[in-house]
Amino acid sequence: MAADFNWAVGGEAGDGIDSTGKIFAQALSRSGRHVFTSKDFASRIRGGYTAYKVRTSVDKVQSVVDRLDVLIALTPRTIEENLDELHDDSVIIYDGERTTMRNVEIPGEMVGLDVPLKRLAEEAGGAIMRNVVALGAACAVADFPIENLDSALEKRFGDKGRKLVENNQEAARAGRDHVAEEYGDLEFDYSLETTDEDYVLLNGDEAIGMGAIAAGCRFYAGYPITPATDVMTYLTGRIERYGGHVVQAEDELSAVNMALGAARGGARAMTASSGPGIDLMTETFGLVATSETPLVICNVMRSGPSTGMPTKQEQGDLNQMLFGGHGEIHRFVIAPTTVSECFWKTVEAFNLAEKYQTPVYLTADLSLAVTEETFTPDTFDMDAVEVDRGFVVDESTIDEHRTESGGFMPHELTEDGISPRTFPGTAGGAHMSTGLEHDERGRRTEDTEMRIKQVDKRNRKVETAIEREDWSPREFGDADAENLVISWGSNEGAIVEALELLAADGIDVRVISVPYVFPRPDLTDAVAAAENTIVVECNATGQFANLIEHDVLERVDRINKYDGVRFKADELAREIEAALTEGMEAHP
Amino acid sequence: MSSDVRFTDFKSDKQPTWCPGCGDFGTMNGMMKALAETGNDPDNTFVVAGIGCSGKIGTYMHSYALHGVHGRALPVGTGVKMARPDIEVMVSGGDGDGYSIGAGHFVHAVRRNVDMSYVVMDNRIYGLTKGQASPTSRDDFETSTTPEGPKQPPVNPHALALAAGATFIAQSFSSDALRHQEIIQEAIEHDGFGFVNVYSPCVTFNDVDTYDYFRDSLVDLADTDHDRHDYDDAKDVILDSDKEYQGVIYQDENSVPYHEQHDVTEDMSVIPDGAPEGATDLVREFY
Repeated sequence: MAADFNWAVGGEAGDGIDSTGKIFAQALSRSGRHVFTSKDFASRIRGGYTAYKVRTSVDKVQSVVDRLDVLIALTPRTIEENLDELHDDSVIIYDGERTTMRNVEIPGEMVGLDVPLKRLAEEAGGAIMRNVVALGAACAVADFPIENLDSALEKRFGDKGRKLVENNQEAARAGRDHVAEEYGDLEFDYSLETTDEDYVLLNGDEAIGMGAIAAGCRFYAGYPITPATDVMTYLTGRIERYGGHVVQAEDELSAVNMALGAARGGARAMTASSGPGIDLMTETFGLVATSETPLVICNVMRSGPSTGMPTKQEQGDLNQMLFGGHGEIHRFVIAPTTVSECFWKTVEAFNLAEKYQTPVYLTADLSLAVTEETFTPDTFDMDAVEVDRGFVVDESTIDEHRTESGGFMPHELTEDGISPRTFPGTAGGAHMSTGLEHDERGRRTEDTEMRIKQVDKRNRKVETAIEREDWSPREFGDADAENLVISWGSNEGAIVEALELLAADGIDVRVISVPYVFPRPDLTDAVAAAENTIVVECNATGQFANLIEHDVLERVDRINKYDGVRFKADELAREIEAALTEGMEAHP
Repeated sequence: MSSDVRFTDFKSDKQPTWCPGCGDFGTMNGMMKALAETGNDPDNTFVVAGIGCSGKIGTYMHSYALHGVHGRALPVGTGVKMARPDIEVMVSGGDGDGYSIGAGHFVHAVRRNVDMSYVVMDNRIYGLTKGQASPTSRDDFETSTTPEGPKQPPVNPHALALAAGATFIAQSFSSDALRHQEIIQEAIEHDGFGFVNVYSPCVTFNDVDTYDYFRDSLVDLADTDHDRHDYDDAKDVILDSDKEYQGVIYQDENSVPYHEQHDVTEDMSVIPDGAPEGATDLVREFY
């Protein structure tokens, strides 16, 4: 693993933790360093504990680790919450003049840097800048030139006037200078070198939103819910520039039906929510499928059931997305595995939805949604975006798809199951779409033969998609290794980094990371070839492991995490090692 | 748009299965005539139907249409209209669809003032499930699920609409064919959300709110000095529990429909076959 640096700022909700962390992450990204961020946050507006963590390296970083090098602690609880990650060489920056921090104890061998954040901020122009003073102090510890912070401060405060930018830059310098003056005799082991690389920094929700616009999505309806709201806030103010519109609906029942209406109007439409909202949308899911309406429903998973832990990580909705809704409903379920894949899989989701006139669940888990990660800009090459609208007929070809009496056939029985689609306004294309079983023209029927034909037709679309599309998983590690680790969703980054740690211990692992939950790749051969197979996922019952066992007719081992916290690379390496050792003891 | 569209062009080849004498026949005829009369044709019209007897209208009419989930017709219509401002959108449903399971959507659709019409076929009963109380049933109306009556006041849909900021509130009667059609036409032509509650009697399960009852009790606002642009006049009519009215009760002359407020004017069905022009700007924002 690359020489990495792990930094965090923590305090109460309302302390400006998020924006402070974001400024630091941006400063690093803009100076050509890779960044991977994570957030500890609670479902409250003020108080509690919240933290923004940054892992950075000149090499790509794609996981959090169980280690914290520098911590800006605005509250005593920030230190308590991070005791497991702090180590003997950790540096804690705090304001000893703050009443609650006056008697704070710096644990063990750690270095505490008492910096009068508030006082220095006031001297620079206002107490509100105390976090920026702390950022300056952190720059001193990390040997990171303060000039790199300047452009991030510019980006953050530029539209609020020159004066404010300059005050902040001054505040940062005050923090840096204080550390140099008061703690000049201390040697810190960190040196954050910069490179000439240009990176962009974005999170999974933003990548999904950007992917939607790139794919031609023009209509979004949603109801605010953590952690999916960022998709909506990203689109608001942006999608309009491309001729689109965002509606905040009265509830998720309405949101999904608005999106359905827009899709029937011919727009590429999307809604996003999280578990509780997906529950409500499930009411309409069968209608979307039966009426053969292309729709992308994004589920940013959080910890359930019920209200669960709204700001915590979980991959618990897999069964719901696969099986939710009464009757038998065809669908696709796609789970991007990285932040950049959130972009590309969103584009793919829209194409799949339209080509097969089928609802698509696009799912990111909370960790993926809120994680900010650096990429080279060409990762999101807009010229590589392709839009395939599927089988749409216009006035020149519509007559081929009308009955003798002239009725258009939106559910025409075809060999591949895919029927023609018209948009309102197309002459001769008027038809009804319905959740009732229907004939080729969309008219209600309970005719036994037609029922079978339509059910088979809809299922045939899925068979066609399985044949025509590429459902391959992503592979990492040693393809010939006897140990196989399978995962879905955001765990990929932690597993890939764990690979290096395991290799250092002489353990070779083949990793299969699956972005397609349904249809999904057939892993029978891979599991058969492996001595040990472990399925890694963030839920208690092993929902994906159950699917794999069902597919390959063989038992697999499982590593499940459901404490609300994502996998960390080093922690996961230890768990995989332990599982393999146990496996060997059990089957010598 | 062809000028020779006849209202029968809006008729599908499916024969209605409504009970003989059902008010929904007249309600639907008026809708079709009003659509034809306002210059629409089936290929540029989108009808959204709810669930229940009224929901069958999507099957009996010919146009682009969606027959959806119970209570959610208004959100569907909203989505269609936003994606396709060029398309005439008419949403229809029953009193259960609009004022019970879909009541939440009704209030918010009124607030949004999307430029579409909403025709509620109000028979004050659940017909398709064979006669249970509806949200507009009288408080002493005896049904299989309310043997002594609901013992709760009926929903006043006009009052709900007025309170939510409606810009067009009307009442018609399916049996008064000419007036019904005129009123629906006005709802279609209104710049905003044109809400019409239609008394559409159920001849099978409702022996109280009958054709005779409405014929005898309805006062036509057109025959009075009612000023539809006067909010207080409208309020008085709406809160008058002693009489039944028909006509346009309220119309806001200054109504600005949603798409104008939010500048939603483009046909969203037209998109390029790659990322839209200028999409790279989105990537640059993340520097």
